[in-house]
Amino acid sequence: MSDERLSVFKTYKLYVGGKFPRSESGRVYEVTDSKGKWLANAPLSSRKDARDAVVAARKAFGAWSGATAYNRGQVLYRVAEMLEGRRDQFTREVADAEGLSKSKAAAVVDATIDRWVWYAGWTDKIAQVVGGGNPVAGPFFNLSSPEPTGVVAVLAPQESSFLGLVSVLAPVIATGNTAVVVASERSPLPALSLAEVLATSDVPGGVVNVLSGRTAEIATPLASHQDVNAIDLAGADEELAKELEIAAADNLKRVLRPQPVDYAETPGIDRMTAFLETKTVWHPTGSLGASGSSY
Amino acid sequence: MPSTALTAAHPLKDVTTSDSALRRFLHGLPGVDAVGLEGRAASLGTRSIKTTAKAYAIDLAISMVDLTTLEGADTPGKVRALGAKAVHPDPTDRTTPATAAVCVYPDMVTAAKEAVAGSTVKVASVATAFPAGRAALDVKLADVRDAVAAGADEIDMVIDRGAFLAGRYLKVYDEITAVKEACGTSARLKVIFETGELSTYDNIRRASWLGMLAGADFIKTSTGKVAVNATPANTLLMLEAVRDFRAQTGIQVGVKPAGGIRTSKDAIKFLVLVNETVGEDWLDNHWFRFGASSLLNDLLMQRQKLATGRYSGPDYVTVD
Repeated sequence: MSDERLSVFKTYKLYVGGKFPRSESGRVYEVTDSKGKWLANAPLSSRKDARDAVVAARKAFGAWSGATAYNRGQVLYRVAEMLEGRRDQFTREVADAEGLSKSKAAAVVDATIDRWVWYAGWTDKIAQVVGGGNPVAGPFFNLSSPEPTGVVAVLAPQESSFLGLVSVLAPVIATGNTAVVVASERSPLPALSLAEVLATSDVPGGVVNVLSGRTAEIATPLASHQDVNAIDLAGADEELAKELEIAAADNLKRVLRPQPVDYAETPGIDRMTAFLETKTVWHPTGSLGASGSSY
Repeated sequence: MPSTALTAAHPLKDVTTSDSALRRFLHGLPGVDAVGLEGRAASLGTRSIKTTAKAYAIDLAISMVDLTTLEGADTPGKVRALGAKAVHPDPTDRTTPATAAVCVYPDMVTAAKEAVAGSTVKVASVATAFPAGRAALDVKLADVRDAVAAGADEIDMVIDRGAFLAGRYLKVYDEITAVKEACGTSARLKVIFETGELSTYDNIRRASWLGMLAGADFIKTSTGKVAVNATPANTLLMLEAVRDFRAQTGIQVGVKPAGGIRTSKDAIKFLVLVNETVGEDWLDNHWFRFGASSLLNDLLMQRQKLATGRYSGPDYVTVD
């Protein structure tokens, strides 16, 4: 008898509505590392998986957007804690996916976890930055406050499979939106493993849904979907982005066009404000007496 | 084929002459093979219905919906809104068929009648102390007469499950015949068994036969007010009963699953059951109905998807 263990291969699965289903289509595709060596099979999602993910995201939207900003921050910080615990696994996956040395991959994972913590801190601060009281000529309090847009389809960057992914996903959910993420087509494994982290932290099921497969195939129904409120085209090439933007115009989706980004740099708040809408409320202060305001 | 009561000369009429004869007949019905029944219902649920067949099925399902509101908080305004939706389920697409009926409580029948006036949509009213059915016969009959007088085209009655489970079948039979009489010639009678409270498939089969013998125009699974409502298996069982009943008596009886059917996919599964069990004769809203409220929105979203090729969302159908 040999002492060698049988290998235990991991079955990567989708993450939809807090569960880990296989693709509705039953299809998988081969994922290889940067040198073409087979790593695992990932589910090849169909448009029906996209549809199911949108339903799950819509269902989760009420509770997630209604949660206090402070609570969302705590939940996101918990995700960072869980990521920290799986640092080695992500280092290995990122190294395989992007062809980095172990130490460089570790640096990417560290930056990713820090990015997550950075966004976790923003949940209850973004309103002060982009909202506030407006001076108006009348007896009113006039307040503008940012509100989440709704269900956001996120096409994760194709090259930066983990840091890029978190850099586009975290701002979407930090502001109270729910997300349907289309993982990097060539290297979806870090995204699918991130789903396992999300499932074991306190993020409610459906807030983040992760699909893997052909970006164009999944993104097309998402872009034309009437119940998706916004789409981030970070992972689309120029031609696909144009097509998707046309499809997205039908229900006036918010569209974030692909742009050259260095994900290693501090991101700024643009990705958060991209998926916020401003609600302005006029609140009467009562009549103005002879001596001015009555409050 | 018009549905009529059994003539006095029909051999099956004998079984309702006494409590013991009725019990002998109902308990003499073959037992239900539960595993086989559920297996068949499940296997028929795997049919793939696509493209033109799906479009046909969705339109057929819409035309079979009894759009229902049975809440304590129902207002005349809500009933009017429901009526408007029943007549034109999708105001953005007038090719959408109207639903079969609106289903309301008796005191809302007048409002519902006004709301659907001039259309093909019928008004169904639950009666007989719905949903529990725990009231004296006089009260139940008054309830029915009230609804019929207000213009209800269909009456949905509940059977006395207490009497049924206690084995007093003739009491249940007499009650149904009395209600049938109160319906007169103007209103069709749907008999609700509340299958979720009947415990066994054998009981559902017995209740189906009992209801049909007593002159039901429709047999209906559930009130929608208990945990277990219409399932493919109990609907299949009832479809088999109406098929066998027609074979023996020549009388066609309709079937209405109600409660718990929320998606187009589910509705299409039921239509497959109908087609495969009783055939095309029942694929019409005169003989098959869905008791539902949220189902209609899903059917409309699927219809929009087929028409436009993009997935629709709840923002594009009415909230009710």
